Amino acid sequence: MAPLLSMQGIDKAFAGSVALDKAALIVGAGEVHGLIGQNGAGKSTLIKILTGVYERDAGEVTFEGQSLRVASPREAQARGLSTIYQELTLVPLRSVTENVTMGYEPRSRFGLIDWPKAHRRTREILTGFGIDIDVRTPLGEHSTAIQQLVAIARAVSLEARLVIMDEPTSSLDEREVSVLFSVVERLRANGTSVLYVSHFLDELFRICDRVTVMRDGGDVADHAIVDTRKSALIADMLGRDIDEVESTGMTELGGGTASVGELVFEAKGVATNRRLRHLDIAVRRGEIVGLGGLLGSGRTEAARAVFGADELSSGSLHFMDQAAPPKTPADAIAAGIGFLTEDRKAEGIVPDMSVRENLTLALLPALTRNGRIRRREERELVDRFIRSLGIKASHRDQPIRELSGGNQQKVLLARWLAIHPKLLILDEPTRGVDVGAKFEIQSIIREHVESGVGVLLISSEFEELVEGADHIVVMQDGVSVSRMSNPGITEERLVSAIAHSVQVSE
Amino acid sequence: MMQAQPLRAWLVRYGMLIALAALLLVNVLVTPNFLQMQTLFVNISQVATIAIVAIGMTLVIATGGIDLSVGAVMALAGAIAPLVFTSAFGIANPTLGLLAAIVLPLLVAMACGLFNGLMISVLRVQPIIATLILFISGRGIAQVLTNGNLQTFSNPAFSYLGTGRVLGLPFQGWLALALALLAFWLVTRTIHGRHLLALGGNERAAELSGVPVRRVKIGVYMICAFLAGIAGLIVVAINSASDAARNGNLMELDAIAAAVVGGALLQGGRAPVFGALIGAVIIQLVKYTLLANGIEDEVALIAKAAIIVAAVALQQGRRE
Amino acid sequence: MDERSFDLRALLHGNGQSIGVWLALVGLILFGVLRYENFGGAYNIASFLNYNAMFILIAVGMCLVIITGGIDLSVGSVAAFSSVCAAYLSPYGLQVALPGGVLAGMALGAVNAFIIIVLRVPPFIATLATLLGAKGGSLVLSGAETIAVDWSSNFTRLGMGKAFDLVPWSILIVLVVVVIAWVVLERTSLGRTLLAIGGGEEASRLMGLKVGRAKAFAYLFSGGCAGLAGVFLASGFGAGQPLEGVGWELSAIASVVVGGTLLTGGLGSITATVAGALLLGLVFNILNFENGRGTISLSAYWQQVIRGGFLFFVILLQMRVARRRMDREAPT
Repeated sequence: MAPLLSMQGIDKAFAGSVALDKAALIVGAGEVHGLIGQNGAGKSTLIKILTGVYERDAGEVTFEGQSLRVASPREAQARGLSTIYQELTLVPLRSVTENVTMGYEPRSRFGLIDWPKAHRRTREILTGFGIDIDVRTPLGEHSTAIQQLVAIARAVSLEARLVIMDEPTSSLDEREVSVLFSVVERLRANGTSVLYVSHFLDELFRICDRVTVMRDGGDVADHAIVDTRKSALIADMLGRDIDEVESTGMTELGGGTASVGELVFEAKGVATNRRLRHLDIAVRRGEIVGLGGLLGSGRTEAARAVFGADELSSGSLHFMDQAAPPKTPADAIAAGIGFLTEDRKAEGIVPDMSVRENLTLALLPALTRNGRIRRREERELVDRFIRSLGIKASHRDQPIRELSGGNQQKVLLARWLAIHPKLLILDEPTRGVDVGAKFEIQSIIREHVESGVGVLLISSEFEELVEGADHIVVMQDGVSVSRMSNPGITEERLVSAIAHSVQVSE
Repeated sequence: MMQAQPLRAWLVRYGMLIALAALLLVNVLVTPNFLQMQTLFVNISQVATIAIVAIGMTLVIATGGIDLSVGAVMALAGAIAPLVFTSAFGIANPTLGLLAAIVLPLLVAMACGLFNGLMISVLRVQPIIATLILFISGRGIAQVLTNGNLQTFSNPAFSYLGTGRVLGLPFQGWLALALALLAFWLVTRTIHGRHLLALGGNERAAELSGVPVRRVKIGVYMICAFLAGIAGLIVVAINSASDAARNGNLMELDAIAAAVVGGALLQGGRAPVFGALIGAVIIQLVKYTLLANGIEDEVALIAKAAIIVAAVALQQGRRE
Repeated sequence: MDERSFDLRALLHGNGQSIGVWLALVGLILFGVLRYENFGGAYNIASFLNYNAMFILIAVGMCLVIITGGIDLSVGSVAAFSSVCAAYLSPYGLQVALPGGVLAGMALGAVNAFIIIVLRVPPFIATLATLLGAKGGSLVLSGAETIAVDWSSNFTRLGMGKAFDLVPWSILIVLVVVVIAWVVLERTSLGRTLLAIGGGEEASRLMGLKVGRAKAFAYLFSGGCAGLAGVFLASGFGAGQPLEGVGWELSAIASVVVGGTLLTGGLGSITATVAGALLLGLVFNILNFENGRGTISLSAYWQQVIRGGFLFFVILLQMRVARRRMDREAPT
């Protein structure tokens, strides 16, 4: 039987960096097909080409036997493709009903929208997902998990032939994941295919029929799920031998031999106005403490509280050689704390500035005398970091937006290394970075930990936490709920601690 | 991200200068008496005020904001100065009075800038709305102070600001140049300039990198208002009269136009100070070209509009 | 909660946070009625509404544009331009001059839409340019003079006459436009798309909404409203006035903001915008009465100052409400 979807030889490049290189994907009818790969492998790009957000540079796409070239998401939807993107792409200011029915609202006699009917229909759909909320309230007032389920509800209600789900469970607990799986089963029974992208490899074995592995912009394997096992998939993703993976690990974060030193900071009962409710955590010199949890559990809020970016509403934050905890990022930087943020586009790079200017941004006060920036010192510093971190840029004055994701991330890492930090807070440091750069970044982190820097690490790539962290604190709904220590942490233990189904009220 | 087509990229980089060159050429060929000293003098005289305000506007736009109150601040500053040196104190102490007549309006202008800055950075009001308040009421305050009257005066020392000559060219032209150089140095060589550009380029990233966002924003609005104050004083000096109803009328539009034509991006992150000067000159030249060749003012308006759209449309392409 | 019940709250606020503006409006009306003799009289009400009809129209058009996250600075100049067109067309009667003026406004709105959507120029700059262009156009078209209307045709009946000898035509027409705008915003896909765009343009695109078309509608509608306001201007004052309309866009923006619409878009209400426009007009009406009583003697200049101060307080209030709303939202 001809496949529902066939993508062959897809190429895509952005301003000089290659995102996809002869990528291929084949999905059958009524099939649940997993798509996996490390961050930066090209999964999101492939999906965006399929759904009309990007235009492919080369290659063929066939859908339902016909050639497919959509120029917009609207066209893709009209052709029978419906998508749940990784970033929540709904409109928080608008009500839940509107978000679910937008563009497809039920009409009354005069062709005008029938709101009572729309509300009713939405409530029905959501009840089927086990959600009971006031559908007239703005979407943004609900938790991330609810928002994600609403996005899924919308995608599913559009009666598509192929539903694409990009990390649909990143904020869902076990009970909610089961609900999602029953929805996926229903779709499959109906003859609808599902393209399923997830970091949680175990989910694939529960729900998928086949799986495609991507790496560095291309597809490297396509297995029936029953024909493969987890370690084989991981080996495919990393491009390493299975045995190598099992002996030396999946990341460059492990193998620390540093002796753990004095306390860098300790947080007790810390809460902020930004939904952080109770944080207990401590980091010592020379150790990595990981923060685990679902999307929306408050990890980034915890990082911001420690960095002084959000004001503490209660609790105590004690830095060993400071009288008072930092009240602003500038204080934190002066105290030797660095914060590599999760989303480099939104909070990291200043796109129009050069590599040099981005790299020295946090260090400026130290490079300034009487208001003037000491340019020679700046140049020397930047050159040093470009060399030591292996940053691939044509010149230190190249605009940072022209660099690849991995190199941009290195520049940002350099920004924080330049301040000689005692504490490095890293929020998803290898997100959106190709495999080669990922290993380099991980090595650099390990190097600095060995020389006495304390690291607070947030990562949704479990192997980074499992291999790299000395301790992991698990968060749920703004509260630090459990702590585990290495040796002894396994991915199973971590995943079960994170997705532990404690039903928490909104 | 698509690479900008080569022609477009080239146009954007040199477009401003090409336009300037073209305008000059057209004038040389078509306008009578263009290459005379008098013409240069008149043009510099008129463009200096726009240029000075445009410098401040460029800095504000670089933070991703906008300042609609500059015209009103001009009127306010221009209204206060004559009041000072024609007051009893001013007549009794001419030099001190003159000094006060310059310092006081500028202090008031900076207070206006402080108001704008606080509204925007502390109260988080959108710049267009925050500066709208002074736009609406600033001129009113000026008119209340002067009772709506036109104030004429005769004070040669003060009038030097607008009518004085240095090396045969208007004083305000040199002043504009000096201020531009100062602003350029600030933006490119100091930590404040770097902070400014970072803030405009990505405010959240800047804040997390230790940039004192509030202070920078307040500072930039104060500088803009200060420069508007200077411009207001110059206008009054040129006319030896302060007309609170008309001083700085529509100046915000001219200043924004000059800044944008000069390469400022509305989203922020770029502060092309000399671009603002060139932008102001281009706009002034267009006005002058049309006027000197007998075309009505109204057409100049349409031409100005078209130039602004073209300049921004080209730059949007670069930004994509 | 019974979702079928008529939601008065939703009707009043629509989507914005605007209980405040209704309270203020009611409060001011009460104040005026109690304090001044002729305040509540038919004459004052009729002339007040007649005069403010233009501003209400422009505010409604502006509301839709701001809801999409954009802005239209050209409305004042467009109204002036349209008033000149209408004056020229007045000899052919209202049936030609009215559509003519509205179409002139819509044409300029189309120019805005083109520059913003196709050339990708930010709305602020694009409509600033149209402001200048339309002003220039008005002056060229009118030869820089006011154009007297043809009094012998039925043209002036619009601005100076009454329907059924009771209600001024202008008020009726404004009412119709307000209702149309309300229905479009609240009960059509197009209206919801406008709100979605303001709440998240990228997300709206990804959801498959027709973003370009919706935005074009908003600017065309705003231009049309300004065009209609221009016809009122010509008809009510007996002349097309190329230099009028200065500062009108700011009054419109102020009305919209006072009415609780977010300047960043995504949240807004037609009824509250109308209330905002009425409120701003009332402030002036009351100031005039107060001047008439002789208790204060406010020059026109003080009025500007008070206007500014008023806007200031309203903004402060809005900010506090908005801040509380933001704190309620979920983390990332």
